[in-house]
Amino acid sequence: MRRERSVLSGLSHGALVIWSITVILPILWTFLSSFKTNTEIFGDPLALPGAIRFDSWGRAWETAHVGQYLLNSVLVVGLGTAGTMLLGSMAAYVLSRFRFRGNRLIYLMFISGMVFPVFLALVPLFFVVKNLGLLDTHTGLILVYIAYSLPFTIFFLAAFFRTLPTSVAEAAMMDGCSETRTFFQIMVPMAKPGLVSITIFNVIGQWNQYLLPIVLLSGGVEDKWVITQGIANISTSAGYQADWPGLFAALSMTIIPVVVVYVVFQRQIQAGLTAGAIK
Amino acid sequence: MARGRPRFIIGFLAAPVALYLVFVIGPYGQAFYIAMTNWRGLSASPTWVGFDNFTRLLDDQVFWTAVGHHLILLLALPLITLTLALFFAFLLNVGGGGRTGGIRGSTFYKVVLFLPQVLAVAVVGVLFQAVYRPDGSGVLNGLLSVVGVDPVGWLTEPDLALWAIVAVMVWQAVGFYVVLFSAGMAAIPKELHESAELDGCGRVRMFFLITLPLLWDTVQVAWVYLGIAAFDGFAIVAVLSVDRGGPDGATTVLPLEIWRTAFSFSKFGYASAMGVALFFLTITFAALALRVTRRERVEF
Repeated sequence: MRRERSVLSGLSHGALVIWSITVILPILWTFLSSFKTNTEIFGDPLALPGAIRFDSWGRAWETAHVGQYLLNSVLVVGLGTAGTMLLGSMAAYVLSRFRFRGNRLIYLMFISGMVFPVFLALVPLFFVVKNLGLLDTHTGLILVYIAYSLPFTIFFLAAFFRTLPTSVAEAAMMDGCSETRTFFQIMVPMAKPGLVSITIFNVIGQWNQYLLPIVLLSGGVEDKWVITQGIANISTSAGYQADWPGLFAALSMTIIPVVVVYVVFQRQIQAGLTAGAIK
Repeated sequence: MARGRPRFIIGFLAAPVALYLVFVIGPYGQAFYIAMTNWRGLSASPTWVGFDNFTRLLDDQVFWTAVGHHLILLLALPLITLTLALFFAFLLNVGGGGRTGGIRGSTFYKVVLFLPQVLAVAVVGVLFQAVYRPDGSGVLNGLLSVVGVDPVGWLTEPDLALWAIVAVMVWQAVGFYVVLFSAGMAAIPKELHESAELDGCGRVRMFFLITLPLLWDTVQVAWVYLGIAAFDGFAIVAVLSVDRGGPDGATTVLPLEIWRTAFSFSKFGYASAMGVALFFLTITFAALALRVTRRERVEF
């Protein structure tokens, strides 16, 4: 019996290790390839680089503008998520805790946004942004990110606010605390676990967005591009300029910070991303 | 629920509602109208053409190819992903050496398996261009050459390309569902598995008779998620496939055709008609999925 168990355990580890290698190998290989020369890259793919060379990293950062793209992404996602959390939590709070005409209608309007494929809105969205003069601007992209992040954020946070006790807020109001102050100083701190989960969800979702940037930030404003469209573009042009080590360096530069953040916050990130499915 | 002062309620709702109406509800509403016009851009004002775009869609070979690909994705993506995820989650939770306990290092495995989920699809696409490179210098062909297999054109063979892309989608999704199912399995009371084991129940039977039925709710949710993902595929196909949806349309999907029709060919009316078709496909799937998978919930 005991023997049988250890065989079973061994087989389990075997299967899990194989899949872990499948996950890690492409990423590790990309990282190692960034130190190779072009000749090495077109040689044996399983060989290690002859020496550690960082020149490709410099080229990726400067010539391929990866630094610029990363900075743009940080800016857009930072403001996009901050805006989403502020507006989303305000709307969710009011919709979940107060009775007024039209409450249900507004709530359903927000929730319905989770059902529609964004591709349906693509053409009119492009022209709305264009007519507002926000095409090719970060402001336009940020506002669109916020608007499209609201449905899930509100859905999730409204459910969360409903679970919080009402007594604390009521006591504060009795003491003469205004409704706005009650929200920011009492309800927001109480809702922290929910807010953290959904913030992580939005940061990752907006950081990984590819469709909206390529529609709203055209080829003419390459200096405003975010990292996903920048990386995708480098890969299509790498064929012509043939700077493969540069491409791998650019990829590594994009992946490594994400992996580091992920490993540090893995528990919160796993909880944040799967939160929607468990609800 | 309390009664708030109107000023406070309006103050808190004004900005989110305005933003949402302008950028989300407005465009969705307009899309249905534009789909009934032959609008080609700014200069020409849209002319009402009724259902012409939809009749054209029915004869459009590319449209049907894309729909066919969605059906393949709809079958393959949930089936492969959920099978693998359930298998790994079961190994993590019940496959350990101890008495029906979790396996050693399960946190480590979960961290690694979940990792692709946090990478951007566009980045994953570029990553796998290198993995799938058709000559001997790609990772996959390099590994295969060790066992004596000639280089394969993973993305250039029309019959292979779509499956190569499905594989990447599975690669990225599995970890998410492992974590999801793992949490679900951890919530199942230990006694259930223990008493089954004492009664001489094998692991395979235990999985099908105890674990899976108790996890059924979560599996359903996962299935709907993956089904909805099967109607997307834009980023991965746009970045990874040759010629965006190639070779020769062998990997194309509706979102990609909508994007191309609108922003490369400026056929905004026709693109919106495709969008409406995609919307109805997604809605139909969601409605069917909710009907089919509805089952008695097992309380524990």
